[in-house]
Amino acid sequence: MGFFEKLRSKLMKARKSFFEGLSQLLKGKRISKEVLEELEERLIAADVGYETTQYILEKLKQNQTNDAFSSLKEILVELLEGNNQVDVESNKPFVITIVGVNGTGKTTTAAKLAAYFQSLGKTVVLGAADTFRAAAIEQLKEWGNRIDCTVISHNEGADSAAVAFDTVNHAKAKFKDVAIIDTAGRLHTKKNLMEELRKVHRVLGKVVEKAPHEVLLVIDATTGQNGLVQAKIFKEMVDVTGVVVTKLDGTAKGGIALAIKKELGLSIKFIGIGEDMEDLKPFNAKEFVDALLD
Amino acid sequence: MFENLQEKLSKVFKSLTGQGRLTERNINDAVRQVKLSLLEADVNFRVVKEFIDSVKEKALGEEVLKSFTPDQQFIKIVRDELINIMGKSSVSLNLKHHPSVLMLVGLQGSGKTTTAAKLGNHLRKSGRNVLLVAADTYRPAAIDQLEKLGKSIQINVFVGDRKNPIKIVKEALEFAKNSQYNAVVLDTAGRLHIDEEMMNELEQIKQLSGPDEILMVVDAMVGQDAVNSATEFDRRLDLTGFIVTKMDGDARGGVILSISHITKKPVKFVGVGEKIDAFEPFHPDRVAARILGMGDVLTLIEKAEKELDKEKMETIGKKMLQAEFTLEDFQEQLKEMKKLGPLSSIIEMLPGAPKVDLETSEKQLKRTEAIINSMTPEERRNPRILNASRKVRIAKGSGTTVQDVNKLLKSYEEMKELMKRMKHGKLKLPFKI
Repeated sequence: MGFFEKLRSKLMKARKSFFEGLSQLLKGKRISKEVLEELEERLIAADVGYETTQYILEKLKQNQTNDAFSSLKEILVELLEGNNQVDVESNKPFVITIVGVNGTGKTTTAAKLAAYFQSLGKTVVLGAADTFRAAAIEQLKEWGNRIDCTVISHNEGADSAAVAFDTVNHAKAKFKDVAIIDTAGRLHTKKNLMEELRKVHRVLGKVVEKAPHEVLLVIDATTGQNGLVQAKIFKEMVDVTGVVVTKLDGTAKGGIALAIKKELGLSIKFIGIGEDMEDLKPFNAKEFVDALLD
Repeated sequence: MFENLQEKLSKVFKSLTGQGRLTERNINDAVRQVKLSLLEADVNFRVVKEFIDSVKEKALGEEVLKSFTPDQQFIKIVRDELINIMGKSSVSLNLKHHPSVLMLVGLQGSGKTTTAAKLGNHLRKSGRNVLLVAADTYRPAAIDQLEKLGKSIQINVFVGDRKNPIKIVKEALEFAKNSQYNAVVLDTAGRLHIDEEMMNELEQIKQLSGPDEILMVVDAMVGQDAVNSATEFDRRLDLTGFIVTKMDGDARGGVILSISHITKKPVKFVGVGEKIDAFEPFHPDRVAARILGMGDVLTLIEKAEKELDKEKMETIGKKMLQAEFTLEDFQEQLKEMKKLGPLSSIIEMLPGAPKVDLETSEKQLKRTEAIINSMTPEERRNPRILNASRKVRIAKGSGTTVQDVNKLLKSYEEMKELMKRMKHGKLKLPFKI
């Protein structure tokens, strides 16, 4: 099964509940008040948020189209398109940090990313810099075993910056292509924890020039409007470069990613559509919107 | 980020002052503001619709009470209705069997394992002999996580064969019966509500363990989809309630309204931090204020009542009025204030509090305290004796500079001046002493 088919089948449930009948509602139709109201409801139900929803509806009205469906598709693709690539060739080692609030799936994402880059023929090292959550280190090590990837770790409670430091040093010494650092989940409102995260990032820059080259914020597809605040603060504190949306295989649409892109300019770089190792995929705006609406 | 709802509403109602009744025409704008506020708080849009309709019905034709302005009256109606849906008071656990079984379920990443430990700790505090059961065999190292948490609070964790959740639960229950445990907390694996196989597994665990409580753990940050997962978990398992986690963030927690409205099941606890004891009974009235973006004055008042030494505060207050307030009293007052927690957590609870740079103020307060602590009692009682060499000593002792000491003395003098004016009735205190 190709990725597109898989994405389609995985997103099927998401589509069924809210976007079902959307093509009948919009295909070949002009924009009417009823159509707009229906669409508004569906966008809000997908966690797109009030403001971004209004923006999309406004654009739709301006377009004066005869086919509201393809017009909506265009608008969504345009909104989501941006710098969706992660160019690991640009540096060796290419250093990636994984950040986010608790429970979004950072550790799993770090491991799946490693597997993804390995599948492209890259050599990867993982850093278990979540030294806070009980057994987070064991979790990453277990993943490391499964995908045959080195995991650099210290003891629980150790300085996460030191783990990060050792990970990139290992990558340098062993000529690894990619170093992926898993960090502890933290609420963006915790000042001290956010400072700690900054320190991890500062340390990386001292070992490898301009590291980290990619800072990925992991957002759970079920996240509501608070996701926007999270993204804003993480961006301010550690200069997030892109977003990974996880758990898209449930019924949640992850619409908050649209708001994050629109308000903060942060592009989605990867999406998680299942529990299997190969269920983390690079994001493609057109494929994604097609799978969601078709 | 968002304007306080109360502010928005008072603007809406400004034109209405003097009108004696809430009518269809004059509440339309207000209804819209409440609607947007609820959507921003992640209340499900269908719930919002029903909620708004019932608020409208209640509000229309209502006489504006003399002591209220129309906006206050309207907010009161909204608030009462919110509390109505979420339950009037906190609902406690209903544990009848011996041993009592509490089963935790929910989506991945909602915080079940941490909550299992917190709930275990809570039960033990109320005098129970608790066993934690690690039935999440899917997430790598989930069992290790519960074992470590259990160890840190000295509660035993049953892990069984670490493979088969059904078998683990069965054995754990036997073990509990034979070993005098009277409360068993089951940590199950996170799962999507549409995962048929995994939902079946939960039904089996329910059937064989006959739990007193089946609690769904829900993340306070989730959005519109919460009603789908909650409905499905409730349909399959007939939940007895919810535990909402990560309430220590700044999510408004509209999900609480959605799930209680849709399932009619109560939220029983909320998780408010990473520490094991950051776990509290749910208070609908406080969350109502939070969902509306109106701060949490009640919590602050309650905290103040519990923590502050009333007598001390009263003496200080009297002294203030008589303009006899010394640096010694100031020191005392700072100590009392600190009991309420860091400044940031106090400010957070105030409605419409301005976003000030709290860290600087917090540092400033610490510095002030250090300076006063470095004075002799005599100096505190009578700062006039502070000469240059005393000031140098104090600066050194507190790790500050003479300028800092001077600044503090100056603001102290200003404060005294202010109190003198109060004493002479030129200035009114904003509160009663």
